[in-house]
Amino acid sequence: MASNTDFLLQFTEFDEADRALEDSRDATTIRIEDTDTERHKPQKQRRSAPVMSFEEDPLANDDQTELLSGQKKSAPFWTFEYYQTFFDVETHQVKERILGSLLPWPGKNFVRLYIHNNPDLYGPFWICATLVFVIAICGNISDFLVYLGNPQYKYVPEFRKVTIAATAIYSYAWLVPLFLWGVLVWRNSKVINMVSYSFLEIVCVYGYCLAIYIPAVVLWIIPNEAVRWLSIAVALFLSGSVLVLTFWPAVRDDQPRVAIAIMVAIVVLHTLLAVGCKAYFFKTLEVEQTAPVGIQTNSSLSSLNRSTVLTR
Amino acid sequence: MAEVDESSKPMFAGLSDVSISTDIPVEGEINVPVGTSSQDDEYSTLDEPVKDTILRDLTAVGKKFVHVMYPKKSSALLRDWDLWGPLLLCVTLALMLQGGSVDSKEDEGPQFAEVFVIIWFGSVIITLNSKLLGGTISFFQSLCVLGYCIMPLTVAMIVCRLVLLGGSGKVSFIIRLLVVTASFSWSTFASTAFLADSQPTNRKALVVYPVFLFYFVIGWMILTFSQST
Repeated sequence: MASNTDFLLQFTEFDEADRALEDSRDATTIRIEDTDTERHKPQKQRRSAPVMSFEEDPLANDDQTELLSGQKKSAPFWTFEYYQTFFDVETHQVKERILGSLLPWPGKNFVRLYIHNNPDLYGPFWICATLVFVIAICGNISDFLVYLGNPQYKYVPEFRKVTIAATAIYSYAWLVPLFLWGVLVWRNSKVINMVSYSFLEIVCVYGYCLAIYIPAVVLWIIPNEAVRWLSIAVALFLSGSVLVLTFWPAVRDDQPRVAIAIMVAIVVLHTLLAVGCKAYFFKTLEVEQTAPVGIQTNSSLSSLNRSTVLTR
Repeated sequence: MAEVDESSKPMFAGLSDVSISTDIPVEGEINVPVGTSSQDDEYSTLDEPVKDTILRDLTAVGKKFVHVMYPKKSSALLRDWDLWGPLLLCVTLALMLQGGSVDSKEDEGPQFAEVFVIIWFGSVIITLNSKLLGGTISFFQSLCVLGYCIMPLTVAMIVCRLVLLGGSGKVSFIIRLLVVTASFSWSTFASTAFLADSQPTNRKALVVYPVFLFYFVIGWMILTFSQST
């Protein structure tokens, strides 16, 4: 602890010098006080958690990130070994990561605690694949249950929906992290943040956060609107809070408007995915009594509007 | 030329002591012609009757089917892999799963191409996954195992179609559900028996889960197959 207080003293000196420089030019300001206290808190928590000891300091962690990423991914990208480094996980690690994405804990950062500079592509890829098939299958089952009493209904397994679901889920899981990473890198060039994530870590977080939707989608089979919206709300709350808690340290040092805008965008996109999937793949009872079958498979947002207007 | 011969003679004289020695096993040289003649026998399959050629491949495929029915760890599926069996099974399954006529306006069941692509693309992805996780099995061996283990599901498809001929009520649905569930678990268990040994122990579940998902999706396609009128 003595070394940490020396650290504090050193940085307060720098901070005064920085304030002096602030007026002269539009320089990037390094605000250290907040991150000092922040660094102490996760240190205490990490001492209680059974993690590797060298993970204590986020600042050193970033340096080590550079080192470790240089040591680990040293194979050229056209060899097979390069991609093997992204699958360097074991069963219990994958299980821990999935559980960590389901249970947000304020102060615990998913990336630092679970990913440990070892982002994997196994989790995101197979969770997305499972989600695609679960949405298609459960959508089919729920259609069947909605039409159960109807003698005119002829059951067709709508296979096209698998391709549509796959496109939607995979583009969300890969394009949104790409976009978010670009935004974070751009803000990083303007304001020096203490915490920065690599692209693969962001993909990892998004992939594991989609895991909560799998049981939620299974619950959507029940043709009860209240149950469906409740399961969406719970899933959104859990995974959305994990996302917010993960990315807040990365944007916290930025201007408040930009930080809030990024957070809101993350949550809104997550919500849109859930609600869009529910509206497109799962028919509601009220809508089916008023409109014939053929229209439903084409509209997505229009059916969403209709289903939200018609309430019991 | 004469001078060259004279100057090289001492060299040759020295070499003559070294080159021809009694250490060289003469048996090896005697064996080589015998070896080449047996290889010639194998290569001269052009001369054998066509029935023999076809029967040899068919027996190999048939032996592998038997190995899938009783999944014990055997090297036949792994060592002498072939892709005839998977192709046969995949085409049969895709033909039987093909849903309805092309000019119908409703959303149909999976077309031939979709089933074919799912089976082969899915097998390739699972093989890549197991290799990326550090498996010791080779690419085509894994494709061979995954393809042959579709056999219980193909049998289930045939049974389901026969049951559907009898009617499509609740009873037939329950029978089909039981048959498909049994065959899907059989497929997963059979392929796990062959594939899981090639992985380190702490990653076995990571390799088995995609196989489970793959056969589950194929089983779902079989279960939801409905005859279009």
